[in-house]
Amino acid sequence: MRYRAEQCVHSRFLLLSEMSKTTFRIWRGDREGGEFRGYETEITEGMVVLDAVHQIQAESAGDLACRWNCKAGKCGSCSAEVNGMPKLMCMTRLSDLPLDEPVTVQPMKAFPIIKDLITDVSWNYRVKKKIKKFKPRPPDAEDDTWRMAQEDIDRVQEFRKCIECFLCQDVCHVLRDHDLHDEFIGPRAMVYTAALEMHPLDTEDRTEELRKAYGIGYCNITKCCTKVCPEEITITDNAIIPLKERVVDDFYDPVARFLKRLGRGKAKAETEAPAAKPD
Amino acid sequence: MSSSAEAVVKKRAFGQTMRRDAWWKVPVAVFCGLSAFIIYSTWAAFQGAHYTYGPYLSPFYSPELFGDSPHAWFGPKPGIWPGWLPWSPSFLILWAPAGFRLTCYYYRGAYYKAFWADPPSCAVGEPRKFYRGENSFPLIMQNVHRYFMYIAVLFIVFLSIDVWHALWFEDPDTGVKSFGIGVGTLVLTLNVVLLGGYTFGCHSLRHVVGGFLDQFSRSPSRFKVYSCVSCLNKRHMLWAWMSLFWVGFTDLYVRLCAMEVWTDFRIL
Repeated sequence: MRYRAEQCVHSRFLLLSEMSKTTFRIWRGDREGGEFRGYETEITEGMVVLDAVHQIQAESAGDLACRWNCKAGKCGSCSAEVNGMPKLMCMTRLSDLPLDEPVTVQPMKAFPIIKDLITDVSWNYRVKKKIKKFKPRPPDAEDDTWRMAQEDIDRVQEFRKCIECFLCQDVCHVLRDHDLHDEFIGPRAMVYTAALEMHPLDTEDRTEELRKAYGIGYCNITKCCTKVCPEEITITDNAIIPLKERVVDDFYDPVARFLKRLGRGKAKAETEAPAAKPD
Repeated sequence: MSSSAEAVVKKRAFGQTMRRDAWWKVPVAVFCGLSAFIIYSTWAAFQGAHYTYGPYLSPFYSPELFGDSPHAWFGPKPGIWPGWLPWSPSFLILWAPAGFRLTCYYYRGAYYKAFWADPPSCAVGEPRKFYRGENSFPLIMQNVHRYFMYIAVLFIVFLSIDVWHALWFEDPDTGVKSFGIGVGTLVLTLNVVLLGGYTFGCHSLRHVVGGFLDQFSRSPSRFKVYSCVSCLNKRHMLWAWMSLFWVGFTDLYVRLCAMEVWTDFRIL
């Protein structure tokens, strides 16, 4: 029984110890339209999808457009959809794909196509500019800077891992299927907002924007963004849901809102008290 | 090195995807699992009988505010209960854990996919174009989750008291209660442990105990509690399913013992 199961795995995920030919279906086209074209190329052990795409470029499709840079999963340039799932081409090993059928490579669906595998992701940068900037509290250390405790910074450190590959934006059905780019800023921008909002030095309040302009209510917690993140950032649980809870504090929970105002009042009184002493 | 052209589908219909894996397996499993639980728990709630056995009380009926069993806090069914309305002690309390699970962040994501196909799975075509998310009524009501969480924490206390009661067995001849452990005691204990793991890993709890802070270093005790809740929260889905299954099984165990289908073996 076990032997039969192993045989089955071997036939589906081919052993790449020897060179073998594999077919790739790659999207070719631009904003006007396009089609999938089939390319056959030889693959060897250790190859990733990006290697195969480069090989196809060199052998039979010199005009195939593909954005890439580091080939190490750190620049976030080679985002595409491999067999229907958003992935970094440079981090998708061919040995992990079923090679008995053609491997499909297409551009990200949530963004406008420029050419072939390249999409226009500039919307993400425009959205990022909309987010309220970092506003640190006045320096409180003797050298006119700040001190931050490790436990305070650990939480936002996770969000700093983001390489802006925009795979999370691509897989998010609010952007991908419902095209609500004007109403919802998407998981990547939520991670960026969380990094600012939870920063121990930041004093800005973004909950009003999160509720309205950033459209956090559109997220229905499918966790697809977390699933595709190549940096394994726990986007939904550690960024979006905590932000949703902060919005609840300010807009949907009267008790929390009252306590927060009380806390703010106390803090204000404490900061004003020393100034009053000299008189 | 060959090249061939193929037609491409531009518009994705419901269920249409380029994914090759069995993406439908998880939503189908969630649909079946949740449906089975909803059907069983609704049936069990309507029974209004066979929910106690000796010192054991089914979690679907705990706390028993009004009822005919010795576990009832305030005596039998209240007289003001309308005669035309079906009665079961569980009707008074079951809304609380049901509301807690219904508005739970994990379950929301799971049942939006499995029951509403919104989306059916990641990168899979949806059945409808219109989408409002949790921005407006009725789904904006999901924001009430933390209030259900407060009640759920109270229920953990009640269920823990039930476990304590499940340690004291009454001698039918003398009426004297003595310490003991039955298989049912262990079933009820595991039920509290699993429900506790689920409740104390809640996203809303994580926020209210310390997640709202930007500087944990100013509240070390809050940070410790936040870290504990975060630890449970990492496996929230697992706790959710284990506790869901076990709470149903606990009711079934007590029910079948009460119906004398199963025998509750005493360990001590």
